[in-house]
Amino acid sequence: MVDSKHQWKAWIYLSPAIVLLLVFTVWPIINTVRMSFLENYSGLEAVGGATFEFGIGNFQKVIEYKRFINCLKNTILLCVLTVPVSTILALLIAVALNSIKGLQKVLQTIFFLPYVTNSIAIGMVFAAMFNIVGSFYGTQNEIVVTAGIINNVLEFLGFERVNWINAGSSYEANIIVMTVYIVWNALPFKILVLLGGLQSINKQYYDAAKVDGTPRRRVFTKITVPLLSPMLAYVVITGFIGGFKEYSSIVGIFGENMGPVDDVGRLNTMVGFIYDALETNKQGRASAAALILFGIILVVTMINMQVSKKRVHY
Amino acid sequence: MKVVLQDLTKIFPSRDKKAGKEVVAVNNFNFEIPDGKLIGLLGPSGCGKSTTLYMISGLQKPTSGKIFFGDDDVTELPTENRGVGLVFQNYALYPHMTVKQNILFPLENLKGADKMSKEAMLERAYEAAKLVQIDELMDRKPSELSGGQQQRVAIARALVKMPRVLLLDEPLSNLDARLRLQTREEIRRIQRETKITTIFVTHDQEEAMSISDMIVVMKLGVVQQIGQPQEVYDDPVNLFVAKFLGTPPINVFNGKVAGGKLYIGGDAVLEVPGIGDQEVTVGIRPEGFVLDENGPMHCKLSNVEIMGRDVSIVSTNEASLNPVIRSIINADNKVDTSAETVRYSLKPHKVFVFNKETEERIKFEVK
Repeated sequence: MVDSKHQWKAWIYLSPAIVLLLVFTVWPIINTVRMSFLENYSGLEAVGGATFEFGIGNFQKVIEYKRFINCLKNTILLCVLTVPVSTILALLIAVALNSIKGLQKVLQTIFFLPYVTNSIAIGMVFAAMFNIVGSFYGTQNEIVVTAGIINNVLEFLGFERVNWINAGSSYEANIIVMTVYIVWNALPFKILVLLGGLQSINKQYYDAAKVDGTPRRRVFTKITVPLLSPMLAYVVITGFIGGFKEYSSIVGIFGENMGPVDDVGRLNTMVGFIYDALETNKQGRASAAALILFGIILVVTMINMQVSKKRVHY
Repeated sequence: MKVVLQDLTKIFPSRDKKAGKEVVAVNNFNFEIPDGKLIGLLGPSGCGKSTTLYMISGLQKPTSGKIFFGDDDVTELPTENRGVGLVFQNYALYPHMTVKQNILFPLENLKGADKMSKEAMLERAYEAAKLVQIDELMDRKPSELSGGQQQRVAIARALVKMPRVLLLDEPLSNLDARLRLQTREEIRRIQRETKITTIFVTHDQEEAMSISDMIVVMKLGVVQQIGQPQEVYDDPVNLFVAKFLGTPPINVFNGKVAGGKLYIGGDAVLEVPGIGDQEVTVGIRPEGFVLDENGPMHCKLSNVEIMGRDVSIVSTNEASLNPVIRSIINADNKVDTSAETVRYSLKPHKVFVFNKETEERIKFEVK
């Protein structure tokens, strides 16, 4: 404990951080809760001197919105699709990376590149790949002329070209594109964490397994995965939290339309909904949606923790 | 199962290609380990004893030479087909499995004709657990066990598949002193009961001497001496072996032989018939000193340590290569602690004379 005589010194040393946290973290949290419970709260009107009644109307409106339900559905669908896929892929890549010697460092760097690349930029490249080269939004005429590289490959392999993201594309095609992009974007961090975990596993466990003639598959399922389980749990939990905050990836592919041009907002997410409410000066509604999102993430994380308590082995 | 090592050599390539030299970890190791014996590989760190063990296990490949189990050449056989049980220095118990699962693990790996039913596996696991007396801990995790218990689990895991050879890498080094005494007896007992040829590695000479049927003393990859512990202790081939065995360690002096007499400092301490006149290095075991008022060897008395059964006399001598000389005398002897010098006569069979350059033993006739 700090000597009580010197406590004021400790407070002075801590004060820059505390002030910043109070202003930019604690107050906004409190204010969000406050705004969400004030009926039809609007920042602009509040500045003009308007007063708002206390109530839960914001929450009611948010939940009744069809658009909100759609955003929630998109968010959950993308989470459920991308987290398991990216985790399993990352695990396989990490194990493969860990088992090679020569090019490990080079490959590690290559796999890590997406992490340091702007996700909007990645999104634009993906959009180009799934779309018409050189055109972002595209029109139906352009699709017919030059398809993106994915469609080129599909055609080369003898498949029909697919309208992935342009006007007239199907919801399923949109989701596939989003899943591929989000998984690809999520891989580097997960690979990094899992590779770190793999490298910290004592090699003697593998020697012991070898002496006992353990088949490779069994080594993977009975030794590697259990010993990696703390890292796997971490990656899954942060993956879900990140998944529920999905927004910029959609913008990266579809732009601010959040969907193909003929169905604006089709792929909107929870965070997108919040931004929309903020843009139209409905801070009360945005706050309510933010709290709902917070509640969902809290519940999902708690479920994750409960599950991992049983599954994480030590 | 006897184990034969034939010209076994392991060379590690240098890491730094420009400057470094390759390291010869094990150099031309020849030894036939008799069936059902407990063998201690002994030496200071870096002497190649663990490398030897890992080559026998198959986890490391020899650079040249051959390894036989019985009459089978296993040199090229992968680890999993050798039928060895290996106990690692830090046990390498799988932390996420219970004791039972750990012991069952090797059995569950068996394939084809060797495949066992669940009941048979459990029976074997409990048998192994009983042998090492951990059958009451079967549902615990390794982290809930003491070091000694973990050690037993590791041995049970190595034994459960009935290996042809049991290998132990520094089995006692992670245990505290009391547990070490207990566990080494335990290893001895288990080895006697199972009659599995067992090879263990240690840098602790006491440990090796106390339980081994035979010890192999190694230095820098080269085998120095092989024999029964007492034999090696009583008849070391060179100064290294003499120094390495025994606690307290042997006392080493500069000496010279002239006219069949061994001189330490100015004192003619012993008759050494058969050795020509030369400068020598002399080793005297602590128990080789006899308190003798008229003894030929003079030493300056520093202090006396009472150890109950024995008394340890610490003294100095100008010719000594160690800072102090330590002799162990029966406590019945009265030692005058106020005296400035202490005089000894020597037991001839506890005195070893070594060539000053080569440090090889020069034998003399003990009357």
